[in-house]
Amino acid sequence: MIPFEYVRATDVAGAVAAGAAPGAAYLASGTNLLDLMKGGAVRPTRLVDITRLPGLAAVERREDGSLRIGALVRNSDLAHDPAFARAYPAVAEALLSGASAQLRNAATAAGNVMQRTRCPYFTDTGSACNKRRPGSGCDARGGETRLHAILGWSEACIATHPSDFCVPLVALDAEVEIAGPAGTRTVPLDSVHRLPGDAPERETVLEPGELMTALVLPPEAAAFAGHSRYLKVRDRTSYAFAVVSAAAALRCENGRIAEARLALGGVALKPWRAREAERLLAHRAPDEAAFRAAAEAALAGAKPSGDNAFKIELARRLVVRALSHAASGTPERLPALPGSVFAPAPEAAHV
Amino acid sequence: MSVDIVLTVNGTRRTIPIPDPRITLLDLLREGLHLTGAKKGCDRGQCGACTVLVDGRRINACLALAISLDGAEVLTIEGLAEGDRLHPVQAAFIAHDGFQCGFCTPGQIMSAVGLIREAQAGQDPERIREAMSGNLCRCGAYAGITEAVLEAQAAMSPQPADMSPQPADQSQGEAA
Amino acid sequence: MSDQIPSNQIRHGSSIGQPLTRRDGILKVTGAAAYAADHHPPGMLFAVMAVSRIARGRVTRLDVAAARSHPGVVAVMTPQNKPALAQHPDEKHDGFTFRLDLLQDDRVRYANQPVAVVIAETLEAATEGAALLDPAYEEEVPAVGLDAAEPFTPRAIGVGDPADVETGDVAAGLAAAAHTIAATYETPAQYHNAMEPHAVVATWDGDRLDLDMPSQGLAMAQGRIAGLFGIAPADIHIRSPFLGGGFGSKGMVAGPQVLGIMAARLVGRPVKLVMSRPQMFGPVGHRAPTRQTLRLGVAEDGRLTALDHETLTATSTFDDFIEPSGGVSHTLYATPALATRHRAVRLDTGTPLFMRAPGEASGSVALEGAIDEMADACGLDPLEFRLRNYAETEPASGKPFSSKALRACYAQGAEAFGWDKRPLAPGQMRNADGLLVGWGVGTATFPALMFQAEARAVVTSTGAASVAIGAIDMGQGAWTALAQIAAEELGLAIEAIDFRIGSSDLPNGGIAGGSAHTATAGTAIKGAASDVIAQLAALATQDSRSPLYGAGNAGVIARDGRLVRRDDESRSETFTEILVRAGRESVEGKGAAGPDAAREHYAMHAHGAVFAEVTVDPDLGQIRATRLVGAFAAGRIINPRLVRSQYYGGMIWGVSFALHEQAVMDPRTGRPINANLAEYHVPVNADVPSLAAILVEEEDPHVNPLGIKGVGEIGVTGSAGAIVNAIWHATGRRVRRLPVTLDTLL
Repeated sequence: MIPFEYVRATDVAGAVAAGAAPGAAYLASGTNLLDLMKGGAVRPTRLVDITRLPGLAAVERREDGSLRIGALVRNSDLAHDPAFARAYPAVAEALLSGASAQLRNAATAAGNVMQRTRCPYFTDTGSACNKRRPGSGCDARGGETRLHAILGWSEACIATHPSDFCVPLVALDAEVEIAGPAGTRTVPLDSVHRLPGDAPERETVLEPGELMTALVLPPEAAAFAGHSRYLKVRDRTSYAFAVVSAAAALRCENGRIAEARLALGGVALKPWRAREAERLLAHRAPDEAAFRAAAEAALAGAKPSGDNAFKIELARRLVVRALSHAASGTPERLPALPGSVFAPAPEAAHV
Repeated sequence: MSVDIVLTVNGTRRTIPIPDPRITLLDLLREGLHLTGAKKGCDRGQCGACTVLVDGRRINACLALAISLDGAEVLTIEGLAEGDRLHPVQAAFIAHDGFQCGFCTPGQIMSAVGLIREAQAGQDPERIREAMSGNLCRCGAYAGITEAVLEAQAAMSPQPADMSPQPADQSQGEAA
Repeated sequence: MSDQIPSNQIRHGSSIGQPLTRRDGILKVTGAAAYAADHHPPGMLFAVMAVSRIARGRVTRLDVAAARSHPGVVAVMTPQNKPALAQHPDEKHDGFTFRLDLLQDDRVRYANQPVAVVIAETLEAATEGAALLDPAYEEEVPAVGLDAAEPFTPRAIGVGDPADVETGDVAAGLAAAAHTIAATYETPAQYHNAMEPHAVVATWDGDRLDLDMPSQGLAMAQGRIAGLFGIAPADIHIRSPFLGGGFGSKGMVAGPQVLGIMAARLVGRPVKLVMSRPQMFGPVGHRAPTRQTLRLGVAEDGRLTALDHETLTATSTFDDFIEPSGGVSHTLYATPALATRHRAVRLDTGTPLFMRAPGEASGSVALEGAIDEMADACGLDPLEFRLRNYAETEPASGKPFSSKALRACYAQGAEAFGWDKRPLAPGQMRNADGLLVGWGVGTATFPALMFQAEARAVVTSTGAASVAIGAIDMGQGAWTALAQIAAEELGLAIEAIDFRIGSSDLPNGGIAGGSAHTATAGTAIKGAASDVIAQLAALATQDSRSPLYGAGNAGVIARDGRLVRRDDESRSETFTEILVRAGRESVEGKGAAGPDAAREHYAMHAHGAVFAEVTVDPDLGQIRATRLVGAFAAGRIINPRLVRSQYYGGMIWGVSFALHEQAVMDPRTGRPINANLAEYHVPVNADVPSLAAILVEEEDPHVNPLGIKGVGEIGVTGSAGAIVNAIWHATGRRVRRLPVTLDTLL
């Protein structure tokens, strides 16, 4: 690991000032950053430790019905917060389907959003990667691409974003609070991650020195609690990244879908919101035909980036399954195997 | 330039010089303090052999910078037994043969202790298996591990931590 | 060591057959068991390897200056300044010597080959120093994959078996068959990935060498290191009381361990070198990929007329280890005509090596798949088809089996599993959630081998007893099972024996491999203990003052620290009484073990039957092995608790083989792109929800004096095939490429 200067920030302004320097990176728990530093994929010369920043480790329910999740709230604390899991069950399920209990105990909400791709050509410093070294090329193209992107990719980069957490969050219109040298701003989570285009090194809209301070779920997000699921197809029963995942959330009225939310994971360099599919679902009966139409729409623009055409059909089928599960109601309790296709059908419904 | 941090390690508060900010908690424990129970199986948070409790929570010690943990309480496998009296999880691992080579065992046991403290899994074997899935065991002692965690947890709390129904442990195929 | 092994809290007696808990259990659950990398001799430095990014070519530059200038770096070891060796690392002396990469030149012959070692005061400095070397290369196009080179016929496969074997007329058998099938199965490169990375802590004292180093074979390691450094084997002391798993990868001294010893030589201080996980995908062996084609013919009665098993596999460009996949076909099913052939290609990889059930694991999955396909072609239940083709004698050799309780394994396993409820046709079962369920069976087999070992036993006039053997516990339970044998044969309580293993200054315990260690080391221990008892008996029965006088050696038995007359149990005396009266301080017994003449006359194998249930999502393809039942017959069982764990472990390796493990090589670079434990999948706890192992009784009077067949590897065989067959039964899809991943079932 490259030697670095360690700076412990005591307030947000100080953190932002220290983090704006070239070569600086923010350190929360470090589960992703240290992994990448050990492999040499990232080599920051200054780590700004933000774990002592006051007020960023709280979950705050606000009067308008929105929920503010501090950047430093640990993944497991959030998922195991009973009120949170009740209001946003797909988010809790996504959190618990990710990584391991140890990593969830350490990893923070903002760290999860900011985690980097698992593309092996990004993490392997012996490979060309436009994201790691702009202009060097993309060794993933023509390489082993089974798990690479099927949506929104470019010739410059076919990587995917690995987060589970972000998938239901983006479906629920979460926003991100960002503090920076010029003050604070709020950005929809859906706009935080950039598609690669011809500049895959620019992964998010955060500018140098900008620090994510919170995630906010808007008041209407809780209205989907009764019909929300996160499903994640993977190569192991647990402790594996998604091959493809889907978050489906429905607001049902009189046996019809009043409003639908749908997002996919493991398919693109950002959590992929399927708005056209949502539009098709609105005001329809929650039946197989509607779900299939939504699946077609969600994957309409998909194309393989290599030997991964199967992911397109897999994603379609997963969308149908996730919508169907959501329609039949959120389970009373998160399944023993969160997000798993092997979780038994719920016996009791939520809410 | 060395910086001092304060850690409470296995109940003993101590001031520890950190001569290099790159030192992880795992390397501090193993190479600095010679507490070698926590093992380095991957050094990248992928195997769980380095699991310790920090402030009561199980984490991967390989992915934590020591300098960042100033003020924390750390519990390692060496601090688990009370003298000659094994912790219930340790005793259950022996009774259920929850290990073979033993290399992943300190991490498995600390993970199990963390799991029981988290009180999320109850006595549902499937939840235990899921919650222990961050600890790889290449020898394949998973069956004994799951049994050991169930037994130790039951021994440690007179009431089950979770009152939810306990599903059957086997999925049985049925001819259609 | 033995003073570190506290007696168990739970005792069930001390003799063979008792389910004792592990005698090293307390050390292991308290973190006190010291593995190689846990040592810190005074003045120790840290060594970290730099490894090659390319798979074939030359290193043209190393930025040694950058590494040396990193604070804390003490030395950089390169081909230019490495200590001289007494033997070239490519010299071969016998079938068990493998070529090593010890910085002999600038050539690169596989990805992750060591190209330099950085030695520093701290681990952090050594690690960054190794990164700063930033090698430049002259790259050549690597040969990657089984189609990348011209196949050749190996001179030998495995550890010296012939590449081609044929009995009977296969062409005629296939021509005469009522049904024939031909099926090609592919298995990937797999890496052992023991949880403990290879490590060494090396201290030189002049020409004497002190090592903490995991090793599955201490005397062989001693010999190899002695040869390389030109010193006497006796001047090398290796401590290896605990291995964090071996699975074959620690059978031979690994190149990186020798590099650690060289680094200590270079800097004149103790050095610790521990491999990183990604570095283990190269210089420490792997299971080679295979492509196996099976051609089977059966007559109308469902009996095989011919079995042809052809294997294409890979070895490195610079050494030979040929995965002997066809061996299982020599043993398992009765056929009048049988042929196996092995061909290999040379690829730019590290040399493949023994990996848990080498040959049997990869061969079994192909054979069991093909047998299942043939059962289906015949319209027969897969278990019934196997029973019809039950081999009463070994097909390849014609020899009778020394024992074979496979029928009982089939019967007991099927009963426990509920096999009789299995519908014949695939795709018929669903669980309550609508997921597909399938059941499959596979036959397990592994040869019962014997290697060489020696042991020493001593009983003193103060009543103390000690047993010493350089045996190895890599998790299989040697600390416990071998001590049980010692206690049984000495007629002492297990805790009364100072039992020592895991150190090279003890009698040569042979190699912990080939599922033969308990049999081999146990037989040597039995011999040493019997020798002690015989000497005690001679002292007593020839002494008129002894109550045993005149009984003759065969007329006494050892029990509870006494010799007792067989014909009159009221007449006995303690070992101490015998020795004190004889004026002897102690008696020392020696024992040895090795293969004996019975092997000429009998085929010796353990057998088993594995029944698997899988659940498959019909739309999404995700697979889970929801239930496994294995029934195994492996001769005499020393400790059923530990044996069950070995079977479970093997069965989980079967799950891994069937569903998870594969090294994914970039075809352009020859570099494994998943060289880590996040992406090189092995099963996690949630992957194996239900396991059962049945220990089927079997007595074998021929295999060795203890009647032990070995249990370490057989569990892998049968299991993977059973799962693949269960996937077919669930889905109707016959997947012949391992591991079976969800995309193949969409």
